[in-house]
Amino acid sequence: MEKTVIDLQGIRREFIVGDEVVHALRGVTFSIKEGEFVTIMGSSGSGKSTLLNILGCLDTPTEGEYYLDGISVRKMTKNKRAVLRNRKIGFVFQNYNLLAKTTAIENVELPLMYNSEIGAAERRTRAIDALKAVGLGDRLEHKSNQMSGGQMQRVAIARALVNNPSVILADEATGNLDTRTSFEILVLFQKLHAEGRTIIFVTHNPEISNYSSRNIRLMDGHVIEDKVNCSILSAEKTLAELPVNEDD
Amino acid sequence: MNWANLFKISLKALANNKMRAFLTMLGIIIGVAAVITMIALGQGAKQNIQSEISGMGSNMIMIHPGGERRGGVRLDPSEMQTLKEADYEALRKESLFLAGISPNVSSSGQLISGNNNYPSSVSGVSTDYIAIRQLNVEKGEMFTEADIKKSAKVCVIGTTIADNLFPDGSEPLGKTIRLNQVPLKVIGVLESKGYNSMGMDQDDIVLVPYTTVMKRFRAINYLEGIFASAISEDITDLATADIEDILRRQHKLKDTDENDFMIRTQQELSEILDTTTNLLTTLLACIAGISLLVGGIGIMNIMYVSVTERTREIGLRMSVGARGIDILAQFLIEAILISITGGIIGILIGCGACATVKYLAHWPVAIQLWSVVLSFLVCTFTGVFFGWYPAKKAAALDPIDALRYE
Repeated sequence: MEKTVIDLQGIRREFIVGDEVVHALRGVTFSIKEGEFVTIMGSSGSGKSTLLNILGCLDTPTEGEYYLDGISVRKMTKNKRAVLRNRKIGFVFQNYNLLAKTTAIENVELPLMYNSEIGAAERRTRAIDALKAVGLGDRLEHKSNQMSGGQMQRVAIARALVNNPSVILADEATGNLDTRTSFEILVLFQKLHAEGRTIIFVTHNPEISNYSSRNIRLMDGHVIEDKVNCSILSAEKTLAELPVNEDD
Repeated sequence: MNWANLFKISLKALANNKMRAFLTMLGIIIGVAAVITMIALGQGAKQNIQSEISGMGSNMIMIHPGGERRGGVRLDPSEMQTLKEADYEALRKESLFLAGISPNVSSSGQLISGNNNYPSSVSGVSTDYIAIRQLNVEKGEMFTEADIKKSAKVCVIGTTIADNLFPDGSEPLGKTIRLNQVPLKVIGVLESKGYNSMGMDQDDIVLVPYTTVMKRFRAINYLEGIFASAISEDITDLATADIEDILRRQHKLKDTDENDFMIRTQQELSEILDTTTNLLTTLLACIAGISLLVGGIGIMNIMYVSVTERTREIGLRMSVGARGIDILAQFLIEAILISITGGIIGILIGCGACATVKYLAHWPVAIQLWSVVLSFLVCTFTGVFFGWYPAKKAAALDPIDALRYE
């Protein structure tokens, strides 16, 4: 029924560090359908960063096949993967990675700058739409150093949305934020999920798994748990129950 | 690849670091300005010398006796008496390429006027001499053919002579001055020409009819030299050949005989001076070129640091879909923008410096279009050349490492 966005088949990734071979991933197989909100969890060293890099087409597996939207990524060149990232993936990083001294709108426009099929006018319209979608319609011209952490992360999410990607990859997207702001961001992710977007959220924080539709747990390069979350908590509700900070 | 977008990205990156971009540019600005100013100064000096040479009489041809051998001994040209008045008359009548011709005989001694005296010499010349040497009579007039015919005791003096013999500022015209007991009536004063580029006072001059010098001062029947001027500078060589033919015939020289006279032109002198000033220009341009090179290395240095500093930004750009070549182009465009902007500012400053030097120090400057074009091309090339390595380094970064770079 639903389209398979991500299909991993026996992914192995080995690194050579000095004389030793480090097995970061030892045969990972799963697939993700369109519209899923998946959390990938694991302690440090479990291989989740490596998996994220492969999912994000930043890296290629040593063995196994990875299909993104039906396209085999394993044998792609660097440049082809760059174009693929540009069209099919939106990244959200822990530390936002916004361009310094640059307005929200220019930051959001960035992925489209590398897509010559999109003209300046369309680029701007789409950036404004994306910023409105994350609730920053009134902060279009704010520069990155004039915004709070939560706002910066919203800009980063808008940037990930602007190219209308097949999948949004969030890497510890709430890691640098306080609890309240974290939940605000989670509310946003749940909203995007409700709109039908595919989201992969990599984290070491087990609490977040309560708000996603599916959890994959990694340990030492193996998938040790993969289950659908039948009772998704509402981040909005949790946020409302949080004590309000008096100084806000 | 979308060049307009890459250009926008580069421009934005430079605008975010205005101070650094400017400081990087400074090397190029100084280099280009130095190249333009130095070449302008060198060429200005050259043109100045050239105009002075032509001010001395540009098409001037000098004929001196010489080359004669007596019993195998070469004689001092001034001792020789091979140039005669008849030679002068023959050249004057027959040569088609000469605008003017004048004999030259001189006599030196103490000029006296009242109780003032001044050591100098008189030049016996014909009326053409004024035109050949490009002199102007300021007051009074030049002597005439009639004066020459009757060996008149008249003279035309330069301002140095006038100032020394008439220090009280009285009017020299109509006064009589004496040299070696011969009284000479001053009938003209020449316009001042100042010193020439070899430091000779061109106003220390007394012109008298050549017949007067030959008969009244020296009692000789030969000429020390003949000055002539070709109709134009281009036909100086033709005129020289013509003079040689006429003089050989006059002197009844056989085909095997060497010339018993020497012909010199100003061209030789101007060639020597050209060589010198060209050397000077080259030297100045080299020094300036080195400063341009140092400016280029400055660009490389800053771009290199900039790549390291912006590693995370590069990683982010790659993660949102910038290919290696996009990153390469961005950094290359940045380097070229810096060098071209620097180049344009440098050209403006260079031209401004030239104008200032001309205005304040009154040095001759001549801005050369080719030096402007050349330095602009060189600094564009500098941008590409020195921007390439850092840009290549940026493009080769691995996005995973770049994103994680602290």
